[in-house]
Amino acid sequence: MTALAALLVRDMRLAVRIGGGALMGVLFFLIVVTLTPFAIGPDLVLLERIGPAILWIGALLASLLALDRLFAADHEDGSLDLLLMGSAPLELTVLTKALAHWITTGLPLVIATPLLGLFLNLEPQAIGAVVLTLLAGTPALTCIGLIGAALSVALRRGGLLLPVLVLPLTVPVLIFGVAASNAAITGSGFGAPFMILCALTLGSLVLGPLAAGAALRQGVE
Amino acid sequence: MDLGPHATFIIAAYAMAALVVVCLIAWVLADHDAQRRQLSDLEARGATRRSKGLSKS
Amino acid sequence: MALIDLANPTRFLALVARALPWLAAATALAFACGLYLSWFTAPDDYQQGATVKIMFVHVPNAWLAMGVWTVMSIASIGTLVWRHPLADVAAKAAAPLGAAFTFLALFTGALWGRPMWGTYWVWDARLTSVLVLFLMYLGIIALWRTVDDPSRAGRAAAILTLVGAVNLPIIKFSVDWWNTLHQPASVIRLGGPAIHPAILTPLLTMALAFGLLFVTLHLAAMRNEILRRRVRAMGLMQAHAAQGA
Repeated sequence: MTALAALLVRDMRLAVRIGGGALMGVLFFLIVVTLTPFAIGPDLVLLERIGPAILWIGALLASLLALDRLFAADHEDGSLDLLLMGSAPLELTVLTKALAHWITTGLPLVIATPLLGLFLNLEPQAIGAVVLTLLAGTPALTCIGLIGAALSVALRRGGLLLPVLVLPLTVPVLIFGVAASNAAITGSGFGAPFMILCALTLGSLVLGPLAAGAALRQGVE
Repeated sequence: MDLGPHATFIIAAYAMAALVVVCLIAWVLADHDAQRRQLSDLEARGATRRSKGLSKS
Repeated sequence: MALIDLANPTRFLALVARALPWLAAATALAFACGLYLSWFTAPDDYQQGATVKIMFVHVPNAWLAMGVWTVMSIASIGTLVWRHPLADVAAKAAAPLGAAFTFLALFTGALWGRPMWGTYWVWDARLTSVLVLFLMYLGIIALWRTVDDPSRAGRAAAILTLVGAVNLPIIKFSVDWWNTLHQPASVIRLGGPAIHPAILTPLLTMALAFGLLFVTLHLAAMRNEILRRRVRAMGLMQAHAAQGA
């Protein structure tokens, strides 16, 4: 257990260091949400209607952006091989890295959401709903992204392959995240989509590390 | 044969299906020819699939 | 002949060479029957009129879209669990075919939807999940093309295929769970098909025809892939020899 705790601390320290890219995600999130009114126009009513969706898409893209640093740096300096040979089960190791990634990338997105929600003219109730759904859904985005990151870790010319692989799998999370947010705003039916969102997160907490572990074993030979 | 008011849609659907099927068959056949040609080129140049006792460097 | 005998690529190639002409003939025959039944004997639906004929193309392709991913999933298990030598060849050969059938399902579905529902597209559960399936096919093909070494690509693709297989039950049951626009299951359901035989027969014949088409093309594509790997191996061997000389 101490090994995993040490890994968690190490990953978090590396992430917030210069070049770690942890807060880049939040910056990108900010940029995306700021760009949208430029494209759509300052119609406040419209922005309020599609606000939850913009926030969710921004969070999704920002999470995606930070994913390739999950394994790539470790692969380059050889520490990935050490992790694979370590005593802790590979799936738990991968899950620990995912947790570190979420704390340094996903959680800041959730924290930044209220401010950005104000930019989009969202009511406090709507902001609360979006924050809650993002809190429940960003772990799913990280765990699903794990799979793509593990598959493309050893590819030098990976490029856009990682987003292409990951995005179709994240569609259900996006659908239910936005559905739950909108349901909270209109005042009816929040429970069902939110439960499904939580179910998706719990499922991906299992499926993600399993698939990523298998991919790492196969790929790093 | 009277296909009714939506005849264009029906024809378009079958036409696209036929086009895709023809393209798939053409692709498989062309790929086969290409691989065959490359194989005979390589064999003509004396390449084999077994290493003829070459020392692994 | 046991499955293990087919593991020998050379023997597999010989088998394919013998079987392909028969399969191709059977496919052509099935299409001839299916098209005849669809165009000349199938009655007009009392609600949809002649546009029910689109169903004879749309539904078999939709079935194949899911069926091919299932074949790929089984092949993926063969790669990861049993290390069957031809498993990843089967998976790689099937992907473009599956993508083509999924595209046809979406395209003909849109052409059916416009006269029936008034719109080419709607974001209901069935259409959305099939679109996601199409994107996953493209992603798998992209993965195959990005990795040089075929066997490493095969293992990576196998994992991604099995992860994507989660989508299949969602597609199948989405129309039952969320009753939005696309009609619920009327053929493959408990209690048997709910379609009149005069419409069911052309549908099943066309489904058989498309299925045979897939098997024929799949075996031919597998053969091509085996040849491609031989070319690659021989090329590498030759380059190695030239380097050593």
